[in-house]
Amino acid sequence: MLTEEDRRLLHVLSQDCRLTPEELSIQTGLTPDYINKKIKQWESDKVIVRYSTLINYDQLEEDRVTALIDLKVMPQRGQGYDKIAQRFQKFPEIKSVYLMSGDFDLCLIVEGKNMHDIAQFVSDKLSPLDLIETTSTRFILRRYKQDGVEFHGEEERPQRLVITP
Amino acid sequence: MKQYLSPLALNLKPSGIRRFFDLAATVEGVISLGVGEPDFTTPWVMTESAIFSLEQGQTMYTSNAGLIELRRELSKYMAKHQALNYSPDNEILITVGASEAVDLAMRAILVPGDGILIPDPSYVAYAGCASMSGADIHYVPLRAEHDFRLKVEDLQLAYTPNCKILVLSFPNNPTGAIMTRDDLLPIARFASENDLIIISDEIYSDLTYAGQHTPFATLPFMHNRTIHVSGFSKAYAMTGWRIGYAAGHPDIIQAMTRIHQYTIMCAPIMAQVAALEGLKSGDSAKKEMILEYDRRRRLMVHGFREIGLTCFEPLGAFYVFPEITATRLRSDEFAEQLLKEEKVAVVPGTAFGPGGEGHIRCSYAYSTQQLLEALSRIKRFVKKII
Repeated sequence: MLTEEDRRLLHVLSQDCRLTPEELSIQTGLTPDYINKKIKQWESDKVIVRYSTLINYDQLEEDRVTALIDLKVMPQRGQGYDKIAQRFQKFPEIKSVYLMSGDFDLCLIVEGKNMHDIAQFVSDKLSPLDLIETTSTRFILRRYKQDGVEFHGEEERPQRLVITP
Repeated sequence: MKQYLSPLALNLKPSGIRRFFDLAATVEGVISLGVGEPDFTTPWVMTESAIFSLEQGQTMYTSNAGLIELRRELSKYMAKHQALNYSPDNEILITVGASEAVDLAMRAILVPGDGILIPDPSYVAYAGCASMSGADIHYVPLRAEHDFRLKVEDLQLAYTPNCKILVLSFPNNPTGAIMTRDDLLPIARFASENDLIIISDEIYSDLTYAGQHTPFATLPFMHNRTIHVSGFSKAYAMTGWRIGYAAGHPDIIQAMTRIHQYTIMCAPIMAQVAALEGLKSGDSAKKEMILEYDRRRRLMVHGFREIGLTCFEPLGAFYVFPEITATRLRSDEFAEQLLKEEKVAVVPGTAFGPGGEGHIRCSYAYSTQQLLEALSRIKRFVKKII
């Protein structure tokens, strides 16, 4: 169970992981010592897995395509879906692997330079695998929101008055 | 045409905020810390429920007191979270913002010549509404040396036997001060001894960053004496929806409802629907906002102290109220010069009453980047002076 202090610390870290322990201390009211200890513990417990940057590639003139690939696979005796999911994890093109409920079993998020790249990856690497029964590939056309951050629409947000009571 | 105006309207002073608003509006590229409203938008789940209700054709009047579903949910919410027990049938009135509830409460109780005790500094509407009722205003100072808490000694000094109402507003705008149960107990005893009605404006109660907020009506013998005022503007980021409420003794709430029915009729139905949804499912969005305010609050207090200004730690609302006497400038001079030289808008403490002299109100309902930029400009400005 998270304490109120830890919740506060995780909140600030999730907003900006570049803050120093001293800056974190100012914004959470916790001592830098406590913060250092806690972060180390979270890192070793894999609670904090990575410090990453959320990039909106749509703003850059760079070719990058993301696809969601749904897969129907044959679960393996004694191992269920784990074995095949672990195999997918190894491909650098595959950014995320999820076991799903519903019509399909696994959902992969795959990134490539263009649609052709991804199509090639599906036909060369995924489809030939014996355990895969069906695939369905859908390309992301526009990213409106990711990880809780809105990529579009914020600029049109109406402004507040400069001074209000 | 002034000869046609009633003396009450003629003598009603414009809010001290107004002059500053006009001034700040003329400056390009201003960073404002002057806003008394959240920078978040209303949680989408609430907005969406209002849109859906409009699509369903819910565009009619509601009962004067407000949708019974909303009053029922509010009654349950207050009982569960604040230990306040009000019947949805005749002890709760939904108003157009908490300001309307304050106005109705004063109009229902005061006659010209009655006294009203108003903390100084405090939200601009209290004195304005009291003067429209023709009341005799007695300011009670909230002192920096008491962390801007109301002290019974100051109440005793300001009190005269014609006083009928004491206004309380904790967590406080503009100071951010809160009052604990122990702080409030002597005030409650004073109210009993002097037969005062309390208008307790607790609009910022959810934005309390240390301990649990104590609703004044939960203190011994205060339930019947208190008109509990609150609303959805601050904690649910709903300022523009204008939705507030008053809860209290049925005699008082019924009187307020009668005034409300002739002047307002009812609060807008779509805002009531959104508020209802907020009570049912807006809790997690509210908690996220509170976490973020808390972080910015600490950042601001630290920032002002680092600049070299005395800044008491506010434990409520979303304002800091640093002292600027070290600059030897009056509050309005400080705010005006800061605006001209560094393009940062803050509100002089005196906009909230003479007791605000020597302080400025800075809202932290802004992004961290904006706050850091504003702090660095204020630092440059102050370092030139001291």
